Amino acid sequence: MDKDELIHLHVDVDLPYRWAAGRYGSIMLKALRDEKKILGNCCPQCNKVYVPPRVVCGPCFVAPDEVVELSDTGTLAGYSVVNYPFIDPETGQKRPVPYTYAYIQLDGCDSYLSHLIDETDPARLSPGMRVKAVFRSDADRVGRLQDILHFKIIE
Amino acid sequence: MSQRVGIIGFGQTYHRSRRDDVTGIELINEAVRSALEDAELTIKDIDAVVIGNMDHFEAVNYVDTWSVDGSGAWMKPLIKLTTGGTTGSTLGIAGYHHAASGLFDVVLVIGWEKNSESDTTGAIITCSDPIFDRFSFSGALPGLAVEASAYIKRYGITEEDAARVAVRDRTHGANNPYAQLQTPVTVEEVMKSPMLSWPIKLLDICPRSDGAAAVIFAGERKARQMCPQPAWVHSTAVRHSHAYFCDVNYEELHTLEGAVRELYDHVGIKEPLKELDVVELYQPYSFAGLKWIEAMGLCKPGESPRLIWDGATDMGGELPFNPSGGVICTNCIGATGLLRIGEAALQVMGRAAGRQVPDVNLALATGFGGAYWSDLMLLGRRPW
Amino acid sequence: MTDIAIVGAAQTPYQRCRDDANFAEMIYEVTCGALADAGLGISDIDNFITVSNDFWDGRTISSMAVQDACGSSFEGGRNVSTVEGDGTFGLLYGMMRILSGAYQTTLVVVHCKGSEGNMRQITNGMFDYIYTRPLGIEAIGAAALQARRYMDSYNITEEDFAHVSVKNRGNALRNPHAQLAAEMTVEEVMASKPIASPLKLHDLSPISDGAAAVILAHRNVADKLGRKPVWVKGIAHCSEAHFLGDRDLAEAPALRDASRRAYQMAGIKKPFAEIDVVELYDAFSYMEPLWLEELGFCPRGKGGELARLGATAFDGPVPVNPSGGVLSAHAVLVAGLARVIEAALQVRGEAGERQVEGPVEFALAHGINGPCGQSHCVVILGE
Repeated sequence: MDKDELIHLHVDVDLPYRWAAGRYGSIMLKALRDEKKILGNCCPQCNKVYVPPRVVCGPCFVAPDEVVELSDTGTLAGYSVVNYPFIDPETGQKRPVPYTYAYIQLDGCDSYLSHLIDETDPARLSPGMRVKAVFRSDADRVGRLQDILHFKIIE
Repeated sequence: MSQRVGIIGFGQTYHRSRRDDVTGIELINEAVRSALEDAELTIKDIDAVVIGNMDHFEAVNYVDTWSVDGSGAWMKPLIKLTTGGTTGSTLGIAGYHHAASGLFDVVLVIGWEKNSESDTTGAIITCSDPIFDRFSFSGALPGLAVEASAYIKRYGITEEDAARVAVRDRTHGANNPYAQLQTPVTVEEVMKSPMLSWPIKLLDICPRSDGAAAVIFAGERKARQMCPQPAWVHSTAVRHSHAYFCDVNYEELHTLEGAVRELYDHVGIKEPLKELDVVELYQPYSFAGLKWIEAMGLCKPGESPRLIWDGATDMGGELPFNPSGGVICTNCIGATGLLRIGEAALQVMGRAAGRQVPDVNLALATGFGGAYWSDLMLLGRRPW
Repeated sequence: MTDIAIVGAAQTPYQRCRDDANFAEMIYEVTCGALADAGLGISDIDNFITVSNDFWDGRTISSMAVQDACGSSFEGGRNVSTVEGDGTFGLLYGMMRILSGAYQTTLVVVHCKGSEGNMRQITNGMFDYIYTRPLGIEAIGAAALQARRYMDSYNITEEDFAHVSVKNRGNALRNPHAQLAAEMTVEEVMASKPIASPLKLHDLSPISDGAAAVILAHRNVADKLGRKPVWVKGIAHCSEAHFLGDRDLAEAPALRDASRRAYQMAGIKKPFAEIDVVELYDAFSYMEPLWLEELGFCPRGKGGELARLGATAFDGPVPVNPSGGVLSAHAVLVAGLARVIEAALQVRGEAGERQVEGPVEFALAHGINGPCGQSHCVVILGE
């Protein structure tokens, strides 16, 4: 066998999906689109408030049926300035870097929300910082989590 | 009827960053043949096959049926399991239950990955919830960085402490002819390596590898017939919780704490540092080698750097970790957890050659993955 | 005979598209349903098996979506694992984990939404990427090859297959969970839109959304519950070669092998005489007669006569797919566990309008993985 030449095939797989947000996710995404409100839900047993709202509180195994309005401000719980290249599976293109990926604890909520911060200088970021949601304009909100453009630092 | 189970054979490929000389099926076959040779068996001796990987890394659907020519599962009972990073440990645990159930005597378990065949980070991103997590998610690294930075802040851990863990594993990896990275590094080199996501640097984290592992489990009667010293399965424990990455508690690895507690209670381990003889920890980055050994009860929270710098977890130390070089030297993801089990079995069987820890009675193998999930398997020289 | 019983079960109705529920919401629905059916609480379950597929879900580690919803996160978490394949394989692995002595009860859950992905691309993905995938083959094209080969080998006709569709879609009229139910004629099936010759629209199962759950228990637990346990009398699985060119598609040796081992475990010698009801994985009409041949219900090449002569009719000697089968609802992965649930309902005598006549001593359920039924799992249930 000719050891020098090994063939490999390059294929860009285009695999489309349409995912249902379901009953609980739709409650949040509709409020985000129509009222610029962030909604979570609350477990009647342990009183933990979740975002995104979901069908069951895992540790208690009961439905958190009470919908709770959350603040659009919160605390930066953890973050990373992403600086390495990779293919974004949603677009098939390289995702623009740098960008700051963050876990945000919204006021009134016990779980974290994954979102973006509009600051990519690590020296200007630290855990515990206060952040506030920046919403897209009325015309640009379509009922997805990216209707929040990003969070900005407010202190 | 249920039966006790031992590991009687282990095979693996020579792991590399890319293996363009083989297809996935051929890669699987290398590990299978190596395991059969190790156990001095032929494929006819195998009663059932268990296989797994992560689908989107190679973009193959139904890997179990696709890979029959490589796995040897032709006209045999065959099943596929997959749980992300924990896939390999999930597979090993499934091999154990196959034989322990009494439905099968000799079970071949295969984990594999050809990470070179896709954009690894792009594929990992698809494990996040498509509606709430995926647009912002950027793979395994940021979560680990969040975990590490919280840990540093809480206990005053230093980046050098973590670097010392990487140095240990890279030093051990030099003893393992199968490892992808076999060159030792120094603390200075780790500290000077490029910062990827603070505080994690290039030499703090695992590579991505092409590779496969195969482990043969057997029920007690066959195990005794076929192998002079099987590695007997004593116990397993698994915790896979959470629906969203934003639910993970990055301060504590509750899944490992819960699984460890269940396993220690089950087999009666009270002082793991003294009672365990070797650990193959699924440690994808150096900081885990500090924080997670605290979660395993080897020392109090924040005290792990002392154990690390004292060499307690080095070869020749009180409780050697990762004689194989661990995940920091080799990470073919669907195989990684199974490599931990196979390497732990070699230690118990006394067949680990240049990386053998003397007189191993109890060896612990772990798995990590998913949304901070943990798997455990404890192996011992005598049947449980 | 094994020491494992099905003590609870639930399934969603099957629909073309369930936008009202995501995966977690469907799994919570069937988990609560199965617990209620068994008279158990989530704290009684010490082991969980989830079944899902990363391609169908469009998500690596697809099981992550349902860890909370199935209860495996309850009180800090319980032991759990994930099978990727048909639900019958999840049932099998759940059983093993009880038989090993590690656990007493197991909840097996499975979900799939055919509505969310692209079936042709997803099933194209199960073929070899160098030699086969570029040809555009996917589940339907491969099935058409198999149907043709089966017809040519034994002089079976498209009308023989049409009789299966007529029977199963008619049976589905008695099943409130079914997605497609209709009184139709052989002529209507024959005149339906050609899809991939010899298969026509009514030879195909629909694309469906759905979920199902089964609770298994060891004899020690099952005997103490109020509800009548349905025992797993026999179970076996087997795979044959992958490349279609390596196989004679008019045969299914893996099914032959699996069924013989399952029969031996259950003590069955003459399946046609001893098995009272069958729920098969009939993703396409031709599959039912082919699978029945390999299960030993008739000599090879005679499968076409079974539906035509009424032997497998609802009121025939061996009713096959009284639920309407996969031809009437095909949530991939879920469909095999749905067959198990339907068989269990028959054993319990609780199948409602679709309950077959007479006592059910043995019921057979069946699931498949891979192209053209490459891998099979056979389950025998009984009182």
